[in-house]
Amino acid sequence: MSTESLEHAETFPGEDVAHEAHHPTDGTYVKVAAILAALTALEVSTYFLAFGPLFLPVLLTLMTIKFLTVVSYFMHLKFDAPILRKAFYAGLITALCVYLVALSTFHFWGRPS
Amino acid sequence: MTRRPSERRCPLTDTTLTGAGAHTGHAPAHPPTNTGVSNAKLGMWLFLGSECLLFGGLISTYLLYRGRVAGGPAPRQIFDIPFTSVSSFILLMSSLTMVLAVSSITRGDMPRARTWLVTTALLGACFVGGQVYEFTVFYREGLGFTTNLFGSSFYTLTGFHGVHVTVGIIMLLSLYMMTLRGTIHQGKAETVEIVGLYWHFVDIVWIVIFTVVYLIPA
Repeated sequence: MSTESLEHAETFPGEDVAHEAHHPTDGTYVKVAAILAALTALEVSTYFLAFGPLFLPVLLTLMTIKFLTVVSYFMHLKFDAPILRKAFYAGLITALCVYLVALSTFHFWGRPS
Repeated sequence: MTRRPSERRCPLTDTTLTGAGAHTGHAPAHPPTNTGVSNAKLGMWLFLGSECLLFGGLISTYLLYRGRVAGGPAPRQIFDIPFTSVSSFILLMSSLTMVLAVSSITRGDMPRARTWLVTTALLGACFVGGQVYEFTVFYREGLGFTTNLFGSSFYTLTGFHGVHVTVGIIMLLSLYMMTLRGTIHQGKAETVEIVGLYWHFVDIVWIVIFTVVYLIPA
């Protein structure tokens, strides 16, 4: 096998995914922002309208959708190298686990405020 | 001709093949790295991951103490939801202008990139101004930093976020000045992208704060 063919056969971590070939267009960004604005309006409406027992699930779902939309599209995490996704979500998931345990330790769930 | 083991490239030390643009004939977007992504960008993502822990701690503390309102007003009595909703909308739209700035500089459209950078900084300044106004109103209504545990945890959480936004504004204005001087150009679009990541992060933190602190009653 020649040196040249060996060089082309070798791959390195992340080399193939470093190119951000699927960046959205400006029009897509505007559409995403419009969706986020609509979701924010829906969130605010929960303060003025009675959603009953759906109040908390609706708010938390809207918050999660908005969070993931910004991270995926505006921060390009959906289109970027997997190592970046791992770097961020490792911190996020660690934070979620640590503080859910911390809140449980302090008997946060179900206690009167 | 076969290659001797000693000639094989080590992914951790080899700097000849890695980096965006390797094998493509294009100029690399960043110096070669063994991960294939720029160290600066990876470093920013790791920093943002660690920031999740910081804000997670502050939000958890607020959740634990928001009911401790002895000697001062309760959240429902002082929060002005319409006003904070407008502030939230402004910060959300600043994420749009930020991503448009990154998009413009990537295309090499420097005048438009400058416009979007300044617009983002101005929207951020509006948000911080709104927060200062809100703090002033709360203080006049009897909620100081040491009034009760609710006040302490609220001001600490939202104050830390406000400081992050202020740092972001300083970075955006610095970028603007650097584009005027020519030190930031199309070839250094990644620098703007990295500042953009920080800016979007303060936006996603506010998405959580707005819901958890303002919209979900104690």
